[in-house]
Amino acid sequence: MLRAFSVLVVGCLAASLAWAAQTLSGPAPNFTLPSRDGGQVSLAGLKGNVVMVNFWATWCVPCRQEMPHLEAIYEKYHSLGFELVAVNVENNPEGARKWLEETPVTFTVLFDAKNEVTKLYKVQTMPSTVLVARDGTMRFIHHGYKPGFEAEYQNQVRALLRE
Amino acid sequence: MRKTHVRAIARVAVGATVLCALSACSIEPWVKPYERDHLADPIMSFDRDPVSSSYTGHVQEAREGARGATGGSGGGCGCN
Amino acid sequence: MKRSLVAFALLLAAVRASWAGVLPEDRADVLLHSYDGGGVTIQGPSLLVRKQFAQKFSVSANHYVDRVSSASIDVITTASPYKEERTQHSVGLDYLHDRWMMNIGFTNSEENDYTADTFSFGISQDLFGDLTTVSLGYSLGNDVVGRRGDPAFREDTQRQQYRLGLSQILTKNLLLGLSFESITDEGFLNNPYRQVRYRDTTTPQGYSYEREIYPRTRSSDAGAIRVRYYLPYRAAMQAEYRQYADTWDIKADTFEIGYTHPIASGWTFEGKVRTYSQTKADFYNDLFARSRFQNFMARDKELSTFSSQTLRLGASYNIMRGGWKFVERGTLNVFVDHMMFDYEDFRDLRVTGGVPGSEPFYSFDANVVQLFASFWF
Repeated sequence: MLRAFSVLVVGCLAASLAWAAQTLSGPAPNFTLPSRDGGQVSLAGLKGNVVMVNFWATWCVPCRQEMPHLEAIYEKYHSLGFELVAVNVENNPEGARKWLEETPVTFTVLFDAKNEVTKLYKVQTMPSTVLVARDGTMRFIHHGYKPGFEAEYQNQVRALLRE
Repeated sequence: MRKTHVRAIARVAVGATVLCALSACSIEPWVKPYERDHLADPIMSFDRDPVSSSYTGHVQEAREGARGATGGSGGGCGCN
Repeated sequence: MKRSLVAFALLLAAVRASWAGVLPEDRADVLLHSYDGGGVTIQGPSLLVRKQFAQKFSVSANHYVDRVSSASIDVITTASPYKEERTQHSVGLDYLHDRWMMNIGFTNSEENDYTADTFSFGISQDLFGDLTTVSLGYSLGNDVVGRRGDPAFREDTQRQQYRLGLSQILTKNLLLGLSFESITDEGFLNNPYRQVRYRDTTTPQGYSYEREIYPRTRSSDAGAIRVRYYLPYRAAMQAEYRQYADTWDIKADTFEIGYTHPIASGWTFEGKVRTYSQTKADFYNDLFARSRFQNFMARDKELSTFSSQTLRLGASYNIMRGGWKFVERGTLNVFVDHMMFDYEDFRDLRVTGGVPGSEPFYSFDANVVQLFASFWF
């Protein structure tokens, strides 16, 4: 019984992937979603900037923890050509609107009520953060949020801004 | 008779989970991480008020012959 | 079962099917509890605090007190009413690392004639896209039993518990939990005050008492299944079934259903119905034929054949919704349980004058009230 377990264990180890921070390649899939003020924002329209696409929800504790750090990064680098797009994945945007009234942020917040963009980006954890370079290609993805991730976000944003 | 019955169920549960691990170490979840808002709602927690549930468990165990297999965890937002 | 659990722990340690998890939230709870039934009243506070630190740890501590005033049926018929206080302290540490969550804990319970110390260890992991949570637990307890008025009396009990839990998300709205627990007790397992009764024609009432004698080991297995379902208008339903059996021949079934209903103004209402039934231990008897009738003898109503029904109503109210200083939110809660116990082979010896063994079966009701406030930071 124990031998069978050991074989299983080795097999699973071999098959598992490294997680958390990964590099990506290829063009970032384009999307257009409604924003807070009622207008539509598309990813293609932000080309030329470094874009951070963050998938979040009000019911997700690490997503809420991450928000102030995202706001700090946005305020610091926005004038250098950095855009932050926070895509809310909830089917009913009312919860997100109410939460944003209590915790205001200045970056763009979009509502993906039908989860089409979330599926397009194959979101596998909550939150998920994708970094897109000035040329529109995906470079990095972060799965989840742990305190300390914001330092890595800053390093990657700075590196992409220098390109 | 019932004791071996419970033990057998335990072995089956362990075995079933092992088989699942064999079939796919990284299985495609049928409930996506962004579809967990109902599961993340506090009313869906198995143990919303631990200070109360541990007291209730004590009241029951002190007066009943049975003990064990109380409480539960899991579900929730599945974040990170 | 134990070897399977060890092997399973090894599997858990190695499977990297999923990333990490989330530590429990920081919170503080203040509870006032009150039990009143069967001639016994027990009241006291329970304080629980939990705090994260270093992003990897969550520490919890609990202070709990029972102030007992007992004039229960056993006490009235064989002794005299007494007052007692029991204090219990627990500390726990949760550690979140990449793949798994580990927890260790220690609980100490003290009263003037009983000390109990318990160490516990647990490990859990989220698997398969975080839809499955598997957990293992082990506890080791050591109790010292004393007897009031008898300083020379000192006995020990050791207790080991093995737990296996599986929680599975079935749909966006349905959660399933399975749990198994094996417990083994060794040592002095009975109550140093309780007695059994036997037929004795030399006494006016027709029976006499002598000390109870229990086996020095007891092993039990319990398995439970529970489901929780989210209703589309925002409410939750829960159902639970537990089956129990032990080496004293006690078999028990527990069935519970509950309903939780929040409403927009910040109130949440809860209702629960629980039914419990058990069959007696093989050495239990309400009235033995003669003195020292068999090797092991018990007349503890907890080991008799009985059933109990519990009805619960609860109400919670959200407070501090916008936050207050370092408090993010809070709730005020009240739970009221009405419990009804009916014994089928334990007789009410407050009824005297009849033929021994023909007294009516005992039954009693109890009311349990919990008043508590919870704060999240």
